[in-house]
Amino acid sequence: MKVLTLNFLTCAVKACKSTSAAFPLHPKDCELVSDTLEANPKLLFNILPRIDWNALIITASELGFPTLPPTPPTPEQLENDPKMMQELHTLLLETQISEGSLVCANCSHEYRVKEGIANFLLPNHLV
Amino acid sequence: MDSGSVVEPERYEEQHVHQVYEQIASHFSSTRYKPWPIVKSFLQSLPPGAVGLDVGCGNGKYLPVNRDVFIVGSDRSTNLVKIASQHQPHAAVVADTLALPHQAGRFDFAISIAVVHHLSTPERRREAIREILECLNEGGRALIYAWALEQKDSRRGWDEGHEQDVMVPWVMKTGKKNPNEDGSTEKTFQRYYHLYRSGELEADIVAAGGKVVESGYEKDNWWAIGQRDPGNKP
Ligand SMILES: [Zn+2]
Repeated sequence: MKVLTLNFLTCAVKACKSTSAAFPLHPKDCELVSDTLEANPKLLFNILPRIDWNALIITASELGFPTLPPTPPTPEQLENDPKMMQELHTLLLETQISEGSLVCANCSHEYRVKEGIANFLLPNHLV
Repeated sequence: MDSGSVVEPERYEEQHVHQVYEQIASHFSSTRYKPWPIVKSFLQSLPPGAVGLDVGCGNGKYLPVNRDVFIVGSDRSTNLVKIASQHQPHAAVVADTLALPHQAGRFDFAISIAVVHHLSTPERRREAIREILECLNEGGRALIYAWALEQKDSRRGWDEGHEQDVMVPWVMKTGKKNPNEDGSTEKTFQRYYHLYRSGELEADIVAAGGKVVESGYEKDNWWAIGQRDPGNKP
């Protein structure tokens, strides 16, 4: 599961969804792998404003990545900084959580990630 | 399913939808590769960087249509999600359509193709549509497809007046190397479907708190594009 994906996921429990504590989910005991994927600047430039940057800062630091700047780079900055673009591409699209859990800080439920696939099916008592 | 049934809809769908797809996943996947034209043009019309959902993504056959957007697919079947997650740059997770792991108001678009017709009560079908619409931001659009009752020229031949809740067989060849106990080489699975009649999908979208911006019929299916409607408080 990509780091980018985590920016668009929250707890599946109805009562959690509207709370700010449920987002982002927190990686726990996660194994990371890196895929090689050709960068698509058109996607990367345009998706930046769609990303919840503050949540990404939390996710990146919890996964042990270097601290991100407090605000996202502008498309112009990215265009003139191929290194920054490659780093963002690597973080968002190439880095994968292969094993581990994603924890909701509101209800403490842990969603398992196995072989890169996150499972959000809820046990009966949480539905 | 008939309303007098004692089986809970969740358990009914588990047996007659989810377990079937899990078992037929790879065979089903090998037969599902050609995207429907309306879905294709909907996805191709999106601006680069748009972020959306494919609810009930199955093997992810719509994910390769546009690689300049980012789609988070979801499906109940782990086996299908494993296949779907191979379509870069997109993503796929295992989730229930009635409990999506997404924030409200966050997404530019959603598709849900041939999914809501697997839910066995009107309430659950509307709840699924509500769940999808809630994820959309203002102006976000959801394309929803469901199998039509009116398809008299199809192989199945259903039409107006037929029972809308049906079991549809899926025949899987087991191959000569793995015959059944009686020596036959086919295995039949029964899947539950609710066949939508004309106007029903649009009515469900409105009942789910949305509005319909466009709708139509394509190859034995009704489709509709819905949006959130802040003025619609059911
Ligand atoms: Zn939670």
